[in-house]
Amino acid sequence: MGLTITEKILAAHAGKDKVTPGETIWVDVDVLMTHDVCGPGTINIFKEQFGKNAKVFDREKVVIIPDHYIFTSDKHANRNIDILREFVSEQNLPYYYDVGTENYKGVCHLALAQEGHNRPGEVLFGTDSHTCTSGAFGMFSTGIGNTDAAFILGTGKLWVKVPESMKFEFTGKFPDYIMAKDIILQVIGDIGVDGATYRTMEWTGNAIMNFSMEERMTLCNMAIEGGGKNAVIEADEVTLKYVKERTNKPYNVYRSDHDANYYFKKTYDASTMEPIVAKPHSPDNKALVRECSDVKIDRSYIGSCTGGKYTDFLAAANILNGKKVAVNTFIVPATTEVYKDLESKMLDGKTLLNIFKEAGCEIGDASCAACLGGPKDTFGRTHGTEVVVSTTNRNFPGRMGSKQSEVYLASPYTAAASALTGRITDPREMLN
Amino acid sequence: MEQVIVGRAYVLGDNIDTDQIIPAEHLVYSLSDPEEKKNYGKFALSGVPKDDAGLPEGNKLFVEEGKFESEYTIIIGGKNFGCGSSREHAPACLKIAGIQAIIATSYARIFYRNSVDGGFFIPFESSGKLVNNIRTGNNLTINLETGTLINNSSNQTFKLQPLGEVAEIVKAGNIFEYARKAGMI
Repeated sequence: MGLTITEKILAAHAGKDKVTPGETIWVDVDVLMTHDVCGPGTINIFKEQFGKNAKVFDREKVVIIPDHYIFTSDKHANRNIDILREFVSEQNLPYYYDVGTENYKGVCHLALAQEGHNRPGEVLFGTDSHTCTSGAFGMFSTGIGNTDAAFILGTGKLWVKVPESMKFEFTGKFPDYIMAKDIILQVIGDIGVDGATYRTMEWTGNAIMNFSMEERMTLCNMAIEGGGKNAVIEADEVTLKYVKERTNKPYNVYRSDHDANYYFKKTYDASTMEPIVAKPHSPDNKALVRECSDVKIDRSYIGSCTGGKYTDFLAAANILNGKKVAVNTFIVPATTEVYKDLESKMLDGKTLLNIFKEAGCEIGDASCAACLGGPKDTFGRTHGTEVVVSTTNRNFPGRMGSKQSEVYLASPYTAAASALTGRITDPREMLN
Repeated sequence: MEQVIVGRAYVLGDNIDTDQIIPAEHLVYSLSDPEEKKNYGKFALSGVPKDDAGLPEGNKLFVEEGKFESEYTIIIGGKNFGCGSSREHAPACLKIAGIQAIIATSYARIFYRNSVDGGFFIPFESSGKLVNNIRTGNNLTINLETGTLINNSSNQTFKLQPLGEVAEIVKAGNIFEYARKAGMI
């Protein structure tokens, strides 16, 4: 019996020839990532357990990316950044992307990719559930809590239960109006919010491999909304080109064997996919966008690790170009690199930033912003009964701030089309 | 480790996510400062919609206004308890509010790991759905040795699932104590 990509990576990091789903193993960690919300707690546990003068297991393998509560007057949030700074300085950590400096990046999952910390075949843990995003690079990556992160800081190891893999194959070609966000919402709607609990979501098929790295990241990003432990896409030339432009560190490409064992396999015909939303208040509350055309919205939000990448804004700009939004529309680039892209990349002789400004959008600085609500003064946060169409990843009660607001998760195309009409709108109405 | 846990039940439904357990705006407090961390108890489960708070009636506050601890010490949950974020503030806030055990039909993976590795409380899995058999406020007894839950208010007994691969970490107290016993650190 052959092995899946995930099983091969975990076996290699446990010093074994093979591993079996359900088996508990200890793996060596290549990268530990933390941020401003969970970093301070992690640091505190690390010092409690390993001593005040303890050193991290390998300073080259620790990456700290403040991104959650950055542009706020909340004193506790700002204090938490100071704790990160102090730790970075004390441990002399090379990979810290500090707020208020040239080095500031923004949302950790995209920053990891852009700064070359995502490398095929590696094991990456992060104190954020959307760490599964990095699986788009053919690596094992998953979210953990402060305690596990502190354990890694001290030892460079963590126990893992080897997950069973689920294979989602998309054959053929996606229609032009379909984005990775539609696909992940479709699949979560099919399997439910705990349909992949403890398991790997492995994406395959020529339609998936035709996706850019950004779109692949969107697909892997929301594995956690299906309960998944990790997501993975085999590394190919697209992956290696992206990686080689950003790092010269070595990596290993793993492929699933033809006779690998899967808990579940499903093949979709890519050409039949339609734009999807997840209605309030659950990511698996799937509906076709065209079935929701009577839903009036108060706000459109385009941003986050899920929907705030360059390709997401290019899609939105294609729809908003030369038009005016009908509702408050928030544009939040995930990282400073994406912000620079908005300033420099052109469509119809205009920068994307100008297209958004002319359309009447409000532009925020790179960070997680209102995706998870956050402090009261967070850009784009809900405070009342707003109905929001959003390119983010969760629509749990209160997720974007107010418990009374309602969030429809959608692709950047759908969020932009809806911004123009003030109701949930199928992008096909705008893309002709 | 205590072999018997006695307490009053707070009953919740399926898919209780980490934003309901501790809304993200509160994640700014220190988890180590003894005064500051009390805020986590104050806001524990404050994101649960009113109708779902304390089943079957709902509209029951987990922590009363102005208090930092709950009068309930055992949570009964449905499937996929703790889904969403990796924030360890979720099990931590429940512990700070006084929770000693959770019994749910199933858990989201990271919440389960955090509960065990951080040694906050034991996340028990029930053999069937308990939500319909236990009401908020019922008096419960969990017996670790026999793996049973007794609802003293109705004299019903329920079987709990064995802890499986995490049993050794639970026994040791947390991942660090486990690793020390195993000679890893």
